Amino acid sequence: MAASPHTLSSRLLTGWGGGCIWYLERRVTRESPRRFLHLLRNVNQQWVTFQHFNFLRHMYVTQLNRSLKQQIKPKPEPAESPFLEKTSLDEAKAEICEMRPLVPPSLSLSRKPSEKALIEPEPTSVIEGSIDLGKETKEEKQWKEMKLRVDDLPGILARLSKIKLTALVVSTTSAGFALAPAPFDWSCFLLTFVGTGLASCAANSINQFFEVPFDSNMNRTKNRPLVRGQISPLLAVSFATCCAVPGVALLTWGVNPLTGALGLFNIFLYTCCYTPLKRVSIANTWVGAVVGAIPPVMGWTAATGSLDAGACLLGGILYSWQFPHFNALSWGLREDYSRGGYCMMSVTHPALCRRVALRHCLALLAMCVAAPALDVTTWTFPVIALPINLYISYLGFRFYRDADRKSSRKLFFCSLWHLPLLLLLMLTCKRRAGEEGTGAPQS
Amino acid sequence: TLPCDARVRRAAMAPRRPAKRLVTALCRAFSGRGCQLAPKRGAERRDAAPSRVSRFCPPRKSRHDWIGPPDKYSNLRPIHFYIPENESPLEQKLRELRQETQEWNQQFWADQNLTFHKEKEEFVRSRLKAKGLDLRTASGQKATLNAEEMAEFYKEFLSKNFQKHMYYNRDWYKRNFAITFFMGKVALERIWNKLRPKQKKTSS
Repeated sequence: MAASPHTLSSRLLTGWGGGCIWYLERRVTRESPRRFLHLLRNVNQQWVTFQHFNFLRHMYVTQLNRSLKQQIKPKPEPAESPFLEKTSLDEAKAEICEMRPLVPPSLSLSRKPSEKALIEPEPTSVIEGSIDLGKETKEEKQWKEMKLRVDDLPGILARLSKIKLTALVVSTTSAGFALAPAPFDWSCFLLTFVGTGLASCAANSINQFFEVPFDSNMNRTKNRPLVRGQISPLLAVSFATCCAVPGVALLTWGVNPLTGALGLFNIFLYTCCYTPLKRVSIANTWVGAVVGAIPPVMGWTAATGSLDAGACLLGGILYSWQFPHFNALSWGLREDYSRGGYCMMSVTHPALCRRVALRHCLALLAMCVAAPALDVTTWTFPVIALPINLYISYLGFRFYRDADRKSSRKLFFCSLWHLPLLLLLMLTCKRRAGEEGTGAPQS
Repeated sequence: TLPCDARVRRAAMAPRRPAKRLVTALCRAFSGRGCQLAPKRGAERRDAAPSRVSRFCPPRKSRHDWIGPPDKYSNLRPIHFYIPENESPLEQKLRELRQETQEWNQQFWADQNLTFHKEKEEFVRSRLKAKGLDLRTASGQKATLNAEEMAEFYKEFLSKNFQKHMYYNRDWYKRNFAITFFMGKVALERIWNKLRPKQKKTSS
């Protein structure tokens, strides 16, 4: 039965990770079971169905390609059904995360409901009493007044700040806070949580402010608030400032100056280094990996007040994770990058791209072994994490060797559940104070 | 003359069904609130990379800009700028800057996307010919190369256009900052103007 791979993966992985992978798998494969059943049921209409199937398959494939390309040639008159439109957008959403460097496992999961509403053509009628004659009037109906409505503002700002991505960044920070060898202080935790969240909102808003024309040309990003004109650039920058200032202030004076400095540095790195560098050099990937590594380090420093070996290890794990995640994703977006002028390894140095992904899969394995040596976790951790680390390394190797779309997708989807699971395992194996071995004494 | 008139005239030049003239005439009737296009806009749009001149006219009572659907060549959304009756020099400067940036952007991306498509087609054609294959498969569909074969083209295209993108990036960042800065100035000016009449009233 077509459903069994989904239920199998759900059974293997519980909760968020399992739901996530199930959802993504479902999105990718749901068309074939449906068509297959359709074929089986309608024996009388077999021939018609078969033609329909072929047509659908052809359209599916072209939509799939188009979803990666985003209208490089004039759109034909709307012959495609909404069903196919949805399919392509599903595929596009499954390809998320060009907007690394941060952890976005359930990005497509959570983005889908909101973007679903955007699939249907905007119904707002512009000219009252306009006669419905051909595409000119239909096009005119799609014009929208650039008037900011207060009710829409929360939603718009949420999309501007990439709130779901921010939530994931904050969860890695929380993981860092929880893993730190210090008693869990709720007030400190909440201040770190809010401060990091605000800093992330600010950074994401500035990133969108810089990238409006590029976002317009990529399928995944074309519905962002600035692209759609729902908010003015001035308001976006003001919002970013109103998030950055209290966020960094909260971290500096509410938590400790080190965390505040890291937060400010991360905002700077993301907006002023990573974002422009994406269009200049492939070094952007490494910079972006650092941006992704800093939040858990911030969580750690918030709890302990110092940048010790454990913090660096946690940062290192997040840093290494970025490479298999992003390199695998970028493999399928090469056309968009080429057209849009983005300098990514997958386009300019494909062999390096795959090599680096594999290298960092192995580095993850090594760092998991180092974790107990640095008193972050017990020795159980590398043992129980071994299966998933070996699996991702295996997929990394397959990607390195095969260099095709299939292996890149497998690696990407694996990375989505690998990280949350790894962090969870780390938390469960955390070295408690006063334990046997070289447990860090509480000061 | 009203700009919507001008657009109607230009639109009428192109072969259109008679019904569309009715639509545009209605449009003219609905508009007529004194919105003006920058003078060279129409001509430039005609000569530019084929972004269609939209015959959209906002409703008369609207006092805001209007944003349209993505252009089919550049994928950028055109904005129809509102011109208030008492537009200050600063506001006019901002509007003109935005208008000009919009056209420049549309031109660049339409050009970029069309060039990409054209070169891609040529690449596919030449590769298929080199392999001795037809441009169409047996079932009549267009033959394509797989992703790995296309990768060579993507790499070449990116490096060929690298310098062009550098200039574009630099200009885009400059314009974006300038527009935002002027927006800030205009906002401050408006706030100041709102406060000033009150001051005058209290003093006199």
